[in-house]
Amino acid sequence: MKLLIVLAVILFILAIHQLLKVIEFAREIRKTKEWEPTDSENDLMGTLMLLFGISFIGLFFYQINRWYDKSLPDAASEHGKHIDDLLFWNLILISFIFVVVNALLFYFAYKYRGNKNRKAVYYADNSKLEMLWTVIPASALAFIIIFGLKYWNEITAPSEEKNPVIVELYAKQFDWTARYPGKDGKLGTTDFRHIEGSNPVGLDTTDKSGFDDLLVKNEFHIPVGKEVVFYFRSRDVIHSAFMPHFRAQMNCVPGMVTTFKFKPTKTTKEMRQDPYVQNLMKQINEQRAKEGKEPVEFDYVLLCNKICGASHYNMQMKIVVETEQEFKEWLNQQKAFKTLATK
Amino acid sequence: MATIATNIELHNHEVEHVDIHRYEEHEESFITKYVFSQDHKMIARQYLITAMVMAVIAMIMSIVFRLQLAWPGEKFAFINWVMGDKWGKDGILDPNAYLALVTMHGTIMVFFLLTGGLSGTFSNLLIPYQIGARDMASPFINMLSYWFFLVSSVIMVISLFLPDGAASPGWTIYPPLSALPEAMPGSGLGMDLWLVSMALFIASALMGGLNYIITVINYRTKGMKMTRLPLTVWAFLITAIIGLLSFPVLLSCALLLLSDRLLGTSFYLSDIYIGGRPLDYSGGSPILFEHLFWFLGHPEVYIVLLPALGITSEIIANVSRKPIFGYRAMIGSMLAIAFLSFIVWGHHMYVTGMNPFLGSVFVFTTLLIAIPSAVKAFNYLTTLWKGNIQYTPAALFSIGLVSSFVTGGVTGIILADSTLDITFHDTYFVVGHFHIVMGLSAIFGMFAGVYHWFPKLYLRMMNKKLGYIHFWLTFISAYGVFFPMHFLGTAGVPRRYYTNSEFPMFDALYDINVVITISAIIGALAQGIFIFNFFYSMFRGPKAPQNPWKANGLEWTNPVANIHGNWSGELPTVHRWAYDYSKPGYEDDFVPQTVPLKEGEIDGGGHH
Repeated sequence: MKLLIVLAVILFILAIHQLLKVIEFAREIRKTKEWEPTDSENDLMGTLMLLFGISFIGLFFYQINRWYDKSLPDAASEHGKHIDDLLFWNLILISFIFVVVNALLFYFAYKYRGNKNRKAVYYADNSKLEMLWTVIPASALAFIIIFGLKYWNEITAPSEEKNPVIVELYAKQFDWTARYPGKDGKLGTTDFRHIEGSNPVGLDTTDKSGFDDLLVKNEFHIPVGKEVVFYFRSRDVIHSAFMPHFRAQMNCVPGMVTTFKFKPTKTTKEMRQDPYVQNLMKQINEQRAKEGKEPVEFDYVLLCNKICGASHYNMQMKIVVETEQEFKEWLNQQKAFKTLATK
Repeated sequence: MATIATNIELHNHEVEHVDIHRYEEHEESFITKYVFSQDHKMIARQYLITAMVMAVIAMIMSIVFRLQLAWPGEKFAFINWVMGDKWGKDGILDPNAYLALVTMHGTIMVFFLLTGGLSGTFSNLLIPYQIGARDMASPFINMLSYWFFLVSSVIMVISLFLPDGAASPGWTIYPPLSALPEAMPGSGLGMDLWLVSMALFIASALMGGLNYIITVINYRTKGMKMTRLPLTVWAFLITAIIGLLSFPVLLSCALLLLSDRLLGTSFYLSDIYIGGRPLDYSGGSPILFEHLFWFLGHPEVYIVLLPALGITSEIIANVSRKPIFGYRAMIGSMLAIAFLSFIVWGHHMYVTGMNPFLGSVFVFTTLLIAIPSAVKAFNYLTTLWKGNIQYTPAALFSIGLVSSFVTGGVTGIILADSTLDITFHDTYFVVGHFHIVMGLSAIFGMFAGVYHWFPKLYLRMMNKKLGYIHFWLTFISAYGVFFPMHFLGTAGVPRRYYTNSEFPMFDALYDINVVITISAIIGALAQGIFIFNFFYSMFRGPKAPQNPWKANGLEWTNPVANIHGNWSGELPTVHRWAYDYSKPGYEDDFVPQTVPLKEGEIDGGGHH
């Protein structure tokens, strides 16, 4: 069998070799400038350019139609709505530029395809035109910059809430720990030198404000309609706390405490009732059924979004958004650090 | 006054005389001609072939991880064949090997193909040819530049075969992941070799860049004013200046990381508990690394892109048989882009914990770059407008570049906006964006350059029809790979995930990854056509005439031969800019730069 394959390959190479010889011989005879495109080739390439342009723009809309209902649901946080609005108008703007410029490009490529009987127009400069396409992008950008920075300043401003919910997300390879401040409302101080089995986030055992801190694994809860201020830390490498449904993301950097705040606007239950989410989950579960996997319900999730090692792709934690009442009940069931540590 | 002028002319004449002798005196041995060559043309060829080898390696890597991403957990004999039993047991890719592959794919493509390969090939080939010089200012340093590049490439390739694998923390090598061997297998010896290789690479880039700058400034032939330079040379000059200013910062960035790794310093490290124990590092900051890295990293984008833009400016004018529209605006926008490229690096760091106010400054500077970029795109369009486009393969790839530059450029507007970057940072939207705007544009420019200047490289012509097939397969499959990635991004899929199947929220996107992978395979196979065409034409292609594309540049005024010293007699004298195509008053639709101006004729595209 192997011999046959080798023989076939050798024969194939020989055939190609002979074919090339014929072509080269023919070339010698014709003495054409075969590298120069002929008019018919220019026609063909120009037409292909036009066809490409049409299909390219057509496929752009096809892709939107096929995949838009698989993208993230509407933001489930207050500032996230601003981000969505801004994104919408930005997408409209760039789609417009994308379609118009590509359409012009491929149309010109077709329309001005080479022909032996034509001569190009000698047209080297026009300062008015150049001014035009300096000013237009500049004014479009002014709009983007002004709105972008307005929201950015709001999102990154320090919290003005009197009693925000405080959550610390602590990252390590390859899981998350959430920490709540407990009854005193203060997170206890930490030091990485204190880390050990019963003290996974390195709480300072002499700092009383840390005794009532609540440490939570696997899933964490936040209340709807209240501002949540997050603090992020990491013990080993850079991770990134990405909560896409809330349009929230911040890196977790060893040696630093970073922060982000948002106000959730929909509970997990409400999201599960949302028609868009239901349609999305239907598609997800259809695909899962094909792969022989269990169906799932919608859940908010925290992902790691900065390459952090072998299991980066599976560093996650479930987020539950619920009413303030439910949240308080859940919080009461969690164990304080001191009871954890003395065990 | 007159005597001074004569003296200078005499002096010039003497220099010229000595110059010719320098190149004609001795017969060359095989070693000095093909191996340790100091001839810019041979060095260009060496760069090109080395970069092609590296690119094929990086391309095969991408196919391996694309198979994994489209069909996670499936067994592929191909994966086992490439990765061996250790990293591809039973044909399933190992997660650590996946990270090594994406890291090395990025490193090789960005640095070895699109920086070393693109600038190294075309700056070396075209600067002396197009400015009318006999060689680079320092041929010896030019030779060293190539050999540093080769050694650096070899070290990078060797690191692939280490027992713990190559460097794997992503091509941006953020510490602490890249600093601590405990963090991942790829942060062992593989990372050291990566840093050593990169240090040599930087040395190579600096030696090359210095030469390009000095040559352009000092070695232009008589009449070749700066305002008569082809845009290729302007692009190479500006690229070299950017490289000269930014690569040293990457070197210090890499050396500090090496020092943290090997000498126990704490430049980038603090408060770390890993491998079951606290480490002694204190006071360093990974954010410092990010600042240093992106201070090169962002200008690097333009180091990659500008040569491609220069090449296509030249080619689009030539194939449209029209002057490039807005020659001075093109130079101005390149200078503006170069300047701005140094004050935008923070847009890679909006959500790293950097001060948000600093973020807003970077939003402003970053979006400003859109203005010169838009000017360039519209100038390309206007150059094509009312042209007489001759569809050579180089023309196709140049038009491809304009499309990818615009398509990838507009998504940059989204990512430059810190508010929107909160959701798009490190998602596939970013991967789609930079692959189209930087990867595709640069590689299209490089292909265009190879097809166009192949006669100057190998004195033969490449096959046009194979070029056509190569272009269309590449163009279609390239968009097939990178366009759908934006939709993964809007669904929130993070990059550098070994598989998306651990998150049910991504399950409905299954078909996108299949489309991407199938396109990638077609695109990779299409490169086989190019490689065949390249090597076949090198030996068997039709012999090139002196000026096959009816072009204006000086590179088409010398005989079709590899003359050491480029012109057999005196150097040509330049009388006009490089873009007098279809000029009224001339019978031919091109006027070479060596043709004197007629009485009353205005140079540089001016009108009466």
